[in-house]
Amino acid sequence: MNRNRSVFLLSALVFGFAFLYVPIISMIVFSFNESKLVTVWGGFSVKWYGELFHNRRMLEAAWLSVRIAAVSATCAVIIGTMAGFALARFGHFRTRTLFSGMVTAPLVMPEVITGLSLLLLFVALAPLPFIPDTRGFSTITIAHITLTMSYVAVIVQSRLSSMDDSLEEAALDLGARPWKVFMVITLPIIAPAMISGWLLAFTLSLDDLVIASFTAGPSTNTLPMMIFSTVRRGITPEINALATIMVGIVTIFVITAGVLMARQERRRQLETRGAGR
Amino acid sequence: MAARPDEGTAPWLDPKAQPYIRIENVTKKFGEFVAVDDVTLNVYRGEIFCLLGGSGCGKTTLLRMLAGFERPTSGRIFIDGVPMEGVPPYERPVNMMFQSYALFPHMTVEQNVAFGLKQEKLPRDEIRDRVAEMLSIVKLNGLEKRKPHQLSGGQRQRVALARSLVKRPKLLLLDEPLGALDKKLREHTQFELVNIQERLGVTFIVVTHDQEEAMTLASRIGVMNQGSIVQVGTPHDIYEFPNSRFVAEFIGNVNMFEGRIVEDEPDHVTIDSPDLGGVIYVGHGVSTAPDAIVWAAIRPEKMVLSREQPPGEYNRASGIIKEIAYMGDLSIYIVQLDSGRRVRVTKPNTYRHAENELTWDERVWVSWDESSSVVVTE
Amino acid sequence: MANPSYVTLGQRILAGLDKALTTVMASPPYRWSQGILRRAGVTGRTLVIAVPWVWLLIFFLIPFIIVFKISFAETRWLGSPPYAPIWEWVEGHALHVKITFANYLFLLSDSLYVQAFLSSLKVASVSTILCLLLGYPMAYGIARADPSWRNTLLLLVILPFWTSFLLRVYAWMGLLNNHGVINQFLMWTGIIDEPIVMLQTDFAMYIGIVYSYLPFMILPLYSNLEKHDPTLLEAAVDLGCRPFRAFLSITLPLSKPGIIAGSMLVFIPAVGEFVIPRLLGGTDSLMIGRVLWDEYFLNRNWPVASAVAIALLLLLVIPIVIFQRYQLQEASGEQQR
Repeated sequence: MNRNRSVFLLSALVFGFAFLYVPIISMIVFSFNESKLVTVWGGFSVKWYGELFHNRRMLEAAWLSVRIAAVSATCAVIIGTMAGFALARFGHFRTRTLFSGMVTAPLVMPEVITGLSLLLLFVALAPLPFIPDTRGFSTITIAHITLTMSYVAVIVQSRLSSMDDSLEEAALDLGARPWKVFMVITLPIIAPAMISGWLLAFTLSLDDLVIASFTAGPSTNTLPMMIFSTVRRGITPEINALATIMVGIVTIFVITAGVLMARQERRRQLETRGAGR
Repeated sequence: MAARPDEGTAPWLDPKAQPYIRIENVTKKFGEFVAVDDVTLNVYRGEIFCLLGGSGCGKTTLLRMLAGFERPTSGRIFIDGVPMEGVPPYERPVNMMFQSYALFPHMTVEQNVAFGLKQEKLPRDEIRDRVAEMLSIVKLNGLEKRKPHQLSGGQRQRVALARSLVKRPKLLLLDEPLGALDKKLREHTQFELVNIQERLGVTFIVVTHDQEEAMTLASRIGVMNQGSIVQVGTPHDIYEFPNSRFVAEFIGNVNMFEGRIVEDEPDHVTIDSPDLGGVIYVGHGVSTAPDAIVWAAIRPEKMVLSREQPPGEYNRASGIIKEIAYMGDLSIYIVQLDSGRRVRVTKPNTYRHAENELTWDERVWVSWDESSSVVVTE
Repeated sequence: MANPSYVTLGQRILAGLDKALTTVMASPPYRWSQGILRRAGVTGRTLVIAVPWVWLLIFFLIPFIIVFKISFAETRWLGSPPYAPIWEWVEGHALHVKITFANYLFLLSDSLYVQAFLSSLKVASVSTILCLLLGYPMAYGIARADPSWRNTLLLLVILPFWTSFLLRVYAWMGLLNNHGVINQFLMWTGIIDEPIVMLQTDFAMYIGIVYSYLPFMILPLYSNLEKHDPTLLEAAVDLGCRPFRAFLSITLPLSKPGIIAGSMLVFIPAVGEFVIPRLLGGTDSLMIGRVLWDEYFLNRNWPVASAVAIALLLLLVIPIVIFQRYQLQEASGEQQR
């Protein structure tokens, strides 16, 4: 339509994507660098990967982070789906305004505040009975559930509000009880949203430095905390190797998910187009 | 039009007949807004009852109260003599066909239709047989394994119908059942719907905003406006004897003349209508106060156009043809009367070539028979 | 059916779960307890609301109240916890309440804190504008791209967001270093003879923030721009409007909700950002997130840290309210459609 505009938009896209990807690509390239000097090319080598796999503390931290991420993502999906369902389907209830405010607030809360406030809560709770007085796995997990359930709630809520409510009414009308309706109709339809919610929660948890630093005890080290304390001292090829592995895993995951979602989306479009009048 | 109970078997004319669905003084408020205002209605077994009205008139809310999705603010609903208070949707002997069809996107045609029977925990064989039977009634054999998105609009509509009928409900509620279909398919489906209803003997309550659909389907129509039912009657009654300006204007086209009653006899009335620029003679009595303001309603197809002045002194006026619209089966003439009023007259195109046809800007006389007009007072 | 196997698997899991739950629900203990709960006025609906509600109450709302409380407490350097209780029972019967505003007064009196707040606001605003300038054309470009390309381009925007934030910031350390790729390249071309100091400057910090938050700007903008009806622009051009003018008077005003959402999503977290200023910014860079972190981890001054947190929250109340209102509008718009 307009030549100048196309050229401008195209160059913006090229520049923008270069900006997004050049750092990542250079990081990957230098992870295969023989030289200890990170930025001087000294020939191809995979030795930093070897060193990474012999770094016991790094591996332990990674394993802890993965465990925390898996547990907190699972809990966040359960609680977040409940919250999203309540917001999308229960219409007006008392305390709804406060509730929806509390659900969306962690999305925009600065991490330092969330971290500090949860830490002060754990300190205040510590003298109470039945509460473990060492901070670590459990406290970080709780903090991450609180942070990530909001993301799940928002995703589930938006999926539910784009879903035709008469599907659920039709199931009720055909004799299914409310709980059954949820299991047989609602759940299968929102399952893709819940899966993307889980993946997002997992990634956020795996990535979090600030909240984990506040809520971890002195002897606990998650992967981001290890990375942080390493890179604070400067750049090391080992971290490049670690980053390359993580980027690789994520890329495979995201591309698979993207392909699946595109397929799902195409199907949904067919469904809605057919239903449209 | 499909067969229909004639006057002799019309249960609503029989004072001893028991209504199958009874709606007693039902009101529904959403906050301050009154969606359904004190509606009382009887529907008899085997009827196709149409609730007709514009959007927001409360027809869908009434339907949803019958299905159990909304609770009446006051009033009661009985189905086959059983009060429905506190009965949740999944325990009512009522099924609904949704406007959007609400087919479960993740289930096949067969699974969709079987859904309701599965909830009753029927044996597998029986479910299979009943689903197969129902699918053959709606002519969907061979599509059992398809998913909703692989079906056409008409096929989907029939899946929705099969799914809501397979449970053999006492009452089937249909929310704009043909709204999503195109015109050709809609006409075809209307007749099919009536056939299926007669074959299964289920009572239907249909909500629609489309008067043509209501006229074709219904044994009786209830016209709704602002939450109330303004008139209940057969399609013929509603069209020929509307009880108010609203009904007369809502159903079909009508020419409405305002006037004052000058002569009020038991067998006729005359109305002086400056609107028409003459006197209207109505061949039936009207119970109203003398000098009252009334409206005479005349349907366009009951008016006649002629070049010569018609005999008599009533029910006529002269004017000039301003517009002619050729519709194929009939033509519409817009005539501007000498009083300034524009009236709409339709004339069937009986002959392919008519000589000496009326044309634009021609002076003509508009007239009608004394039995053709209806007087409404509100 | 051409169903992918993961769907079938999912359906099997759900069917199994459903069967198990139906069995549980048919068992007498379940029905008894349900009867008791119902008599107490507890329904399934209440439970669905109650679980997230209680969780957020305990782990979101109460922690704030605690922060608020501690921000009024006196610092107790040697104690554990390192602050004085606000109320205590003196000699068993008199309630002794000790509230101090000293922490807040301290924030105001020490220019370090005021400056930190101001420079945080400045850094966040500048970064938001930079993100908008870079993100808007990108979002617009994606929205106007060929539909078969759109999902791929969008995926490319999201992809970095799924990789570790920390590692992406780290990647810039490698690029901006004195011996880093950029300096080496510039020296190799002969444009400069001496490496330019870029790491640990404000420049590096802005790059880091824009880089990290760019997807947050692009996504809401894209989802807004994608919904625009292209015939609107055609109508404007047809009525004699020049293309750029049409963009200014049609597209830009219609994309306001996307601009607001994206800007808030960048601005709010950027104000409290800690990692980027710490790794890329100079040692003298004063960002409030960093001040709070140091106050807690280095100075162990919990009351002052709490006061900083409360002040930061007050600062963010307005953008957060704008964002929430936008979210509500979006949600209700969703339902109307």
